[in-house]
Amino acid sequence: MTEADVYAALTPVFHDVFDDDSIVLSPETTADQIEGWDSQTHVILIVAAEQRFGIKFRTAELESLKNVGHFASLIQQKVH
Amino acid sequence: MNQLLWLPPHDDIGAALSAAKRETDPTTRLTQAIRLAGYRRDFTQTARIDRLANDALSDDPNPPGLTPLRVALLSSHTLDQLLPAIRVAGLQRRLALSMYLAPYGMYRQALLMDDPALNAFAPQVVVLALDARDAPLQLPLQASQAEVDVAIATRIEELRLLWRRARERYAAQVIQQTLVPVDPLLFGAFEAQVPASPYALIDRLNAAIREAARVDGVLLMDLAWQAAQGLYGSGLADPTRWHQAKQLVGPELSPLYGDQLARILAASVGLSRKCLVLDLDNTLWGGVIGDDGVEGITLGQGSPTGEAFLAFQRYAALLAARGIILAVCSKNNLDVAEAAFNHPEMALRRADIAAFVANWDDKAGNLRRIAEMLDIGLDSLVFVDDNPAERDIVRRELPQVAVPELPDDVADYPARIAAAGYFEAVAFTADDTGRTRSYAQNAERKAALDQATDMEGYLQGLQMTLTAAPIGAAELPRAAQLINKTNQFNLTTQRYGEAEVQRIADDARGVALALRLTDKFGDNGLIGVLLARPNPAVAADALFIDSWLMSCRVLGRGVEDASLQVLIDAAIAAGYTTLIGEYRPTGRNGMVAEHYPRLGFSLYSAPQGAVPGATFWRYDLAASRPTTHHIEVIRT
Repeated sequence: MTEADVYAALTPVFHDVFDDDSIVLSPETTADQIEGWDSQTHVILIVAAEQRFGIKFRTAELESLKNVGHFASLIQQKVH
Repeated sequence: MNQLLWLPPHDDIGAALSAAKRETDPTTRLTQAIRLAGYRRDFTQTARIDRLANDALSDDPNPPGLTPLRVALLSSHTLDQLLPAIRVAGLQRRLALSMYLAPYGMYRQALLMDDPALNAFAPQVVVLALDARDAPLQLPLQASQAEVDVAIATRIEELRLLWRRARERYAAQVIQQTLVPVDPLLFGAFEAQVPASPYALIDRLNAAIREAARVDGVLLMDLAWQAAQGLYGSGLADPTRWHQAKQLVGPELSPLYGDQLARILAASVGLSRKCLVLDLDNTLWGGVIGDDGVEGITLGQGSPTGEAFLAFQRYAALLAARGIILAVCSKNNLDVAEAAFNHPEMALRRADIAAFVANWDDKAGNLRRIAEMLDIGLDSLVFVDDNPAERDIVRRELPQVAVPELPDDVADYPARIAAAGYFEAVAFTADDTGRTRSYAQNAERKAALDQATDMEGYLQGLQMTLTAAPIGAAELPRAAQLINKTNQFNLTTQRYGEAEVQRIADDARGVALALRLTDKFGDNGLIGVLLARPNPAVAADALFIDSWLMSCRVLGRGVEDASLQVLIDAAIAAGYTTLIGEYRPTGRNGMVAEHYPRLGFSLYSAPQGAVPGATFWRYDLAASRPTTHHIEVIRT
């Protein structure tokens, strides 16, 4: 899966979780820039991404997520 | 994980959600939310449905067609991620839920310290969602069974104190969640034989919770049992989710968890379904009775398929035995369809079917007819048909009727019907077991009425006896059940749990009566409840009729006239001179709009603070002239 593929698949996940079809993701996007992205929805986002990509994040990985770019590259590493 | 398999899949629920979101009118969005809640949906779709509904529900927490209910969730783990799905499951089961969530881990404080926010919320239901990691029993591994039992008894006493507080302070129905075992095994298969092993402790505690809940009238959300059945797959108590967010139930399982809770909530206010309507050909047996004949259909021992159909019939028969009414809705000639029940292997008998409709009309029309024959609402029906086209038509024509999506193999039908939770119970009483017979008797009464030339003669010929008894321990469960499920003949539609009925019955100045009716065809069971007590807000010296409700099975037989006579006698005996009654319209109880004037009550001014639309009625006991009826009255 290319980086573009990951973004193409991850964007609808954000649209669904935050119920906002206008969200456009970039590697620099952080939680502050998306309305409703708090600690609660963060877990929901993680689980939605796990389901979409058929992967599972390790406990430690969840602690260090900084931005969408980091999130996407983590997904890319896990999807074969 | 696939969830909610009994709900039909939607072609494109994402697009439907986006379209509904563009609707500007909140009420339209709510209507769409209720519709979409009836489809199979994952957790993000479910959360979007919740957002669709929220605007309208915050404007009007009591929208038409939904029963409002205030539910407090008190937990030892995080539940925030489950709230949207609980609300949406509520919509699907005709509830408008308001939820109060105490900060996690604060369940004791919320109940014992008089939490002002909880007081202001005034919950009607309190859910205690506890988990195995909460306050573990402090016992060394080598503790004896006797030491374990002492520790468990102490924990149960603490829980019962919390239950008592919820009932005494709020008159709330309590729902207790059992504890899911989460600890990895220490001893392997030997685990359960070590009394203080983590697994054995939780298992024993759950058994004690179930027993105490039964005694105390607490309902169970038996998550431990559901987990053991594999209902949630491996998703419950995921350690990652626990360490990350203290979640016992992950967000991905919220549609299923929400529905498991909502079905209990719906049952507690009388919204469980009452009647299973069955198709015949290829639903109750293999083949087509009209083509294959009684000898040609596939049913019973000897063929695996025949055994599978027989197993489904046996499940339906067991549902009937616990009080679910059975009906048949089939495209067949009536005589041919009825003759099939002479098949020697048939587990269901013709007499088990309270309403039998077989003809060539459309099924939606026939389902309406069945509801009329049984005097129940369309929203009490569950329709089971192997034919997807028939299911689809009925869903479109009659959205009130529940139509489960069925698996390909009839062997899986019983599990699917069970999983859908249509018939969730909150009590099981002797009257339940006699229900099929009672509906069959009602059909006979209807036939007798058709034959009788005059109504008076018919009523006289019924030889009816009304028995009025003060509500005591024996009548309490059934009385509360009737109070909570009666929608049509119900003057005020007040919903009370057993605790609250008990409190009214204990009031020395009040009257709390359970009414039973027998006639020459049999015992109708407990068919009415009358609760009356002084209400200073309405009138100082009068006896105020708080609740008057009756089963629609005995409509049109003068029972209300005989009941009034009982009430008049009780009121005079207690020293009252006046009765005051109230009628609160609900959208479902229009049939009793003229109840009080018909019985000779005159209009009385509504007191301050009365429910909008409610009317009040006065009856002067000194000038009372009871109406005539044909019922012998016995007071016990």
